Amino acid sequence: MSFDPQQIQDILIIIVAAATPLLLAAIGEVVAERAGVLNLGLEGMMIVGASTGFAFAYMTDSTIVGVIAGILGGVLMSAVFAFLTIGLATNQVAAGLALTIFGRGLANLIGEGFVGLKRSGAPHLYIPGLTDLPLVGRLIFGEDFFVYFAILLTGAVGYWLMRTRAGLTLRAVGENHTSGHSLGVPVRGIRLLAVLFGGACAGLAGCYLSLSYTPFWSPDMTAGRGWIALALVVFASWKPWRALAGAILFGGVAVLALAFQGLGVPIPAQLLNSLPYLTTIIVLVVLSLRDSRGALAPASLGQAFIPDR
Amino acid sequence: MRLDLDARPQRSTLREILAPVGALIVAILIGGVVIALMGRSTIEAFDVYFVEPLSQSYSLQAIAVKAAPLILIAVGLAFCYRANLWNIGAEGQFIAGGALGGWLGLVTHDGAFQGVLGSWWILPAMMILGALGGLLYAMIPALLRVWLNVSEILSSLMLVYVAQLALDWLVRGPWKDPEGHNLPVSVNLDPEATLPILFDGGSLHLGVLLAPLVAIVAAIVFSKTLFGYQVRLVGSAPKAARFGGFNDRTIAIAAFAISGGLAGLAGVAEVSGRIGQLLPSISPGYGFSAIIVAFLGRLSPVGIFIAGLVLALTFVGGEDAQIAMHLPGDLTLAFQGVLLICVLAADVLARYRLRFTMGARS
Repeated sequence: MSFDPQQIQDILIIIVAAATPLLLAAIGEVVAERAGVLNLGLEGMMIVGASTGFAFAYMTDSTIVGVIAGILGGVLMSAVFAFLTIGLATNQVAAGLALTIFGRGLANLIGEGFVGLKRSGAPHLYIPGLTDLPLVGRLIFGEDFFVYFAILLTGAVGYWLMRTRAGLTLRAVGENHTSGHSLGVPVRGIRLLAVLFGGACAGLAGCYLSLSYTPFWSPDMTAGRGWIALALVVFASWKPWRALAGAILFGGVAVLALAFQGLGVPIPAQLLNSLPYLTTIIVLVVLSLRDSRGALAPASLGQAFIPDR
Repeated sequence: MRLDLDARPQRSTLREILAPVGALIVAILIGGVVIALMGRSTIEAFDVYFVEPLSQSYSLQAIAVKAAPLILIAVGLAFCYRANLWNIGAEGQFIAGGALGGWLGLVTHDGAFQGVLGSWWILPAMMILGALGGLLYAMIPALLRVWLNVSEILSSLMLVYVAQLALDWLVRGPWKDPEGHNLPVSVNLDPEATLPILFDGGSLHLGVLLAPLVAIVAAIVFSKTLFGYQVRLVGSAPKAARFGGFNDRTIAIAAFAISGGLAGLAGVAEVSGRIGQLLPSISPGYGFSAIIVAFLGRLSPVGIFIAGLVLALTFVGGEDAQIAMHLPGDLTLAFQGVLLICVLAADVLARYRLRFTMGARS
């Protein structure tokens, strides 16, 4: 087998592309979970973001309009979730499942008239000279704006969550909502904003899939990425920067499958396609060996809060 | 503006029964508005979805055939959810059961392995293997949860994708019918491996009777046995249960075993009773719709039995609406999602009184 160093860059570029939607969705979920809300509806918000994003981008022929619509789609979905879990204090697991089931149906309804249509992918950065550098040029200076935004977002959220007073308040609400409430912190307001932010990120992640990763809409195109992003949050121990490392790992596994298929290795395609899901389980097992008491999770995660005035 | 929840002073059985009914009515109203917004006749759609299927014998049978797997799976899920264990991978356990039970039907094809014994044992053995397949597949998330504290939510869901891909591989590879014109299908199951049809010319098969049977047994287990009490206690008051000396690990594994076993049984009954062969995909999402059934039925076996019939009605009505009115099939899926959202909200309203206050805070 001959080896072309240019191939390494190609593979790395595909890894980055596979990692980006996972990272975007995971960052939003990190914020929501740090505030104590477990939103299992990630998959549903993502798929709605993907379909609304593509529908609007196609109708207006503008990627930016599509992105804004997709983000709004994710936010509206998360608002439904917030009403249920924060307003009505329903069980967060059940509400998240409801959101995913509803989102799949809604997204397929929205996208129905757009199946099979194509548009060109989101524009990529091009800096004369730098982007043309051999081996690393296109990897570092030739990605599309989703990728750069995802990295910026990771840094911004990481700083805000860990280094600012507002971030500290949000984490405190997630650790112990009762003491937060007794100190006069608006627990439900903070949780609402955190959930809406998570919805925006999931919507954006969905847009990336339908506007850049595969620039078309197809039903169920998220293929469990929302659930993998949830596992990524656990993997990252609720820390944004670790989510970046995890996303690259998960992206790498997905690409490994593609690479094997491309090389014609005689392994069933179904086995390769199941690798991301099997990896997720294995990663969760390895993590639990390290942290068997679940001490890393926010202490109030998943618990409904009913203020006693 | 703020929203407060005041606990109602006492629980009312009437309110708890009316809550899911109210949720269903609200979900239907929302669906009606959506259909009107799509520029279609709400009245006609309501008729096609909810009235016509109830007026014909063949569609009544279709409802029962679709309700049976939903009820079987959802009754199992009730054991998990009551114990506060979130098995959301019933779809995978359904496939595992259908595959393992169906496998026996394939290897005994054309009289193989039937020498001295004859063929009477094939169907019961298939059912047992099916339940076993689902049970063993559910043991993966259960044991990971009990031994290593791995989230059963994520592991059980990931295993759904793995099961779907594995069945796809089996049917396109080793289990493919050599004379099937290269189509991804297995051979047709022999009559000895097929659950008999109850009435000539109908679609109602013997497996459908499992649903009421299992619902009745589960109702007795919940209300009359120590195990049923333990499951409820572990879910609602884990500390009290531990103080009472109940082993919550054993109960968790048992709940998962029941849930997986029933999903597997539903899977093999579907393969043997309705499909008659193995296909790359054997479920239109029963494992996920059963989650809605479980909640709509308030996690009680009797409620689940009724809820399963309601959800099956939306499946059958949805198919009819696709043909008669060219309404998109995904409308059914979206409606089921809206229904679950309404059920969760109604559940809260049955226990709390909502109070809206104008102005920022009290």
